[in-house]
Amino acid sequence: MTREAMEFDVVIVGGGPAGLSAAIRLKQIASEAERDISVCLIEKGSEIGAHIISGAVMDPRALTELLPSWKEDGAPLKIPVTEDRFLFLSEKGSFRVPNFLLPPVFQNHGNYVVSLSNVCRWLGQQAEALGVEVYAGFAGQEVLYDENGAVKGVATSDMGVGKDGKPTEAYQPGVELLAKYTLFAEGCRGHLGRQLETRFKLHDGTEPQVYGIGIKELWEIAPEKHRPGLVMHTAGWPLPSDTYGGSFLYHFENNLVAIGLVVGLGYSNPYLSPFEEFQRYKKHPEIRQFLEGGRRVGYGARAITAGGLQALPKLVFPGGGLVGDDAGFLNAARIKGSHAAIKSGMLAAEAVAQALAQGRRRDQLEAYPKGFQTSWLREELYRARNFKPWMSGNLWFGSFMFGIDQMLLRGKAPWTLHLKPDHTKLKKASECEPISYPKPDGVLTFDRLSSVFLSNTNHEENQPSHLTLKDPTVPIRVNLDLYAAPETRYCPAAVYEIVRDAAGKNPRLQINAQNCVHCKTCDIKDPTQNIVWVAPQGGEGPVYVNM
Amino acid sequence: MKILVAVKRVVDFNVKVRVKSDNSGVETANLKMSMNPFDEIAVEEAIKLKEAGSATEIVAVSMGPAVCQETLRSAMAMGADRAILVQTEVELQPLAVAKLLHAILKKENPQLVILGKQAIDDDSNQTGQMLAALANLPQGTFASKVKLSGDGVEVTREIDGGLETVALKLPAIITTDLRLNTPRYVTLPNIMKAKKKPLETMTPESLGVDVKPRLKTLKVQEPPKRKPGAKVADVKELVAKLRSEAKVI
Repeated sequence: MTREAMEFDVVIVGGGPAGLSAAIRLKQIASEAERDISVCLIEKGSEIGAHIISGAVMDPRALTELLPSWKEDGAPLKIPVTEDRFLFLSEKGSFRVPNFLLPPVFQNHGNYVVSLSNVCRWLGQQAEALGVEVYAGFAGQEVLYDENGAVKGVATSDMGVGKDGKPTEAYQPGVELLAKYTLFAEGCRGHLGRQLETRFKLHDGTEPQVYGIGIKELWEIAPEKHRPGLVMHTAGWPLPSDTYGGSFLYHFENNLVAIGLVVGLGYSNPYLSPFEEFQRYKKHPEIRQFLEGGRRVGYGARAITAGGLQALPKLVFPGGGLVGDDAGFLNAARIKGSHAAIKSGMLAAEAVAQALAQGRRRDQLEAYPKGFQTSWLREELYRARNFKPWMSGNLWFGSFMFGIDQMLLRGKAPWTLHLKPDHTKLKKASECEPISYPKPDGVLTFDRLSSVFLSNTNHEENQPSHLTLKDPTVPIRVNLDLYAAPETRYCPAAVYEIVRDAAGKNPRLQINAQNCVHCKTCDIKDPTQNIVWVAPQGGEGPVYVNM
Repeated sequence: MKILVAVKRVVDFNVKVRVKSDNSGVETANLKMSMNPFDEIAVEEAIKLKEAGSATEIVAVSMGPAVCQETLRSAMAMGADRAILVQTEVELQPLAVAKLLHAILKKENPQLVILGKQAIDDDSNQTGQMLAALANLPQGTFASKVKLSGDGVEVTREIDGGLETVALKLPAIITTDLRLNTPRYVTLPNIMKAKKKPLETMTPESLGVDVKPRLKTLKVQEPPKRKPGAKVADVKELVAKLRSEAKVI
């Protein structure tokens, strides 16, 4: 069977805040100019919002620019931040930083505690109402290039291909979505964005991107403990001071509390398990006081970009551009990216609309990076640019230096620091101490499988694994022998398992791809970059609710 | 031949529901909703019959709030030709649904009505049977195979301990079981086409049906948590525990 092809003015890959905002902005400009711009947006999740997971505290600045009447139109930003707390934790104790000492990037007055997946569901409705063709359940599988080498669109994945790679009875070929411009909004470490970065050398002359993994749970807590709008961040325990990271605990609506830990993927000890760190973090007196008597109702994980301005790749290539965290606009110092994603989507959309009005197609959208250079977003990221590099060293020294950077110099320090790719930072197991983590108690702490269960993730089992290995011998020869199989620890969904025969010999790597929550951590942290994440069939993966 | 299929919008089968803290029901806010999987099988069977040349038109019917249109669009993206939504905010129980379907039957006169054997939210397994009784039509429930022959249809039913094949005269009611078929994936072009297919909206009042709930939900509870297992040292201890603790021997 051959693939059907369909043509649009603009194709957008990914229905997160960046992609949806780009789509909305395009339609707004089209209607103001009384022109028609056809916009097709695809999303690999089974519905818009299904794959969206974030803290989240949202800065409404960009949303207000995009949709000034969001409040009247029922956007789910309902819980204003009422109180900010920042704590340094030790194993038993804590030290609260007085608010006057908190750099402005850590202050959340005017922001909202939201579920970003719900915000995206709402944005999806706005986009559809404006005439965007939104297709959830379809994964962009392949970038398509025209005869001049420009991006001409994407192909969606074939459905119903068996484990053996052959079509099953249910086989349906993907479709080719062709466009004058294609915007990639896959989020952090998009698998197509990665290919584009390589092909068009988008990272030449920039720092490499660095990442964190965020693991989140949603709890329904006792009503008397619930303080809507209370925002709490911590640094320090349980993470070693040479590991970048911190936690968040946000009191959301309906007695829900979002709680999570972000661990920088530049950690060096292969025995470290971000999942187990998160589990034991919940036992800290400052944290457990809220959770005791409550129940866990949601779980998920996602890699986030943390490189900031100096790791931002070139944003455009012939035929399209990268928006949101597919490029890496997240402001790690503010632990916020949704406002940046929305703004970048808008800037890209404005460049696309201008190009279309000039009758152009499949060329470089230079107006997008230009627009970014003069935007408030660039200014914001510039000020925060040294946060991650400072924090990659030592927490205490880094906090002190970032304090100087922010409090005294207001982000205008004359230095810009450098970054190293995360996968190169892992030390050999023989050089590191194994970490023994406590067993889950089933009340505050849990194992991976019962956690993954709450992500509602699912994948058709009869399909080729979407976690591919460049070299099938590497997992044992390198990962197990030298690094003690770190993928079994950094994967928050128990996808990777080393199994042995009855005699405890002949280890092999078993990949439980159906557990995958699409966080992309393996694609980032695998020490030899042997694991490559590709999109499974559309409509699969987690189904996040209120996340 | 015209086929009517009934489709219900339910919480997606991949999504875990949780009971509301006041035990009045389950939380459904922001949950992903999908077509009841047994109804997907019903739609698929109707399309198969159409592709085989046995049916000429497939009409999908759903009932409930306006958002049920999405479920009907999915049915049309799979291959139904048109759709009817009976729009109401009232909680619909199986008897009300059967009565509404009966009213639509009288308007549409289909030769075959295919429904899921049950919906995965309330697991009632009543609507098809009630409809057959109201319309005084033969029924083939729990179908794992459907074969049209002349003016009748042979339905193989999944029953305790085996299969039973019944022959029904058309028009007839069929409810689907899991093994009847595997629903197809919808394709993007078909979703696009489905947006343009006709969707008619009616109300219970316009059909002259009283949909007032007859049943009252007293309490919804989560199943009790499974107790953790324990290791026993030997058979003797196992037998002792089975006798004294589990009290099963």
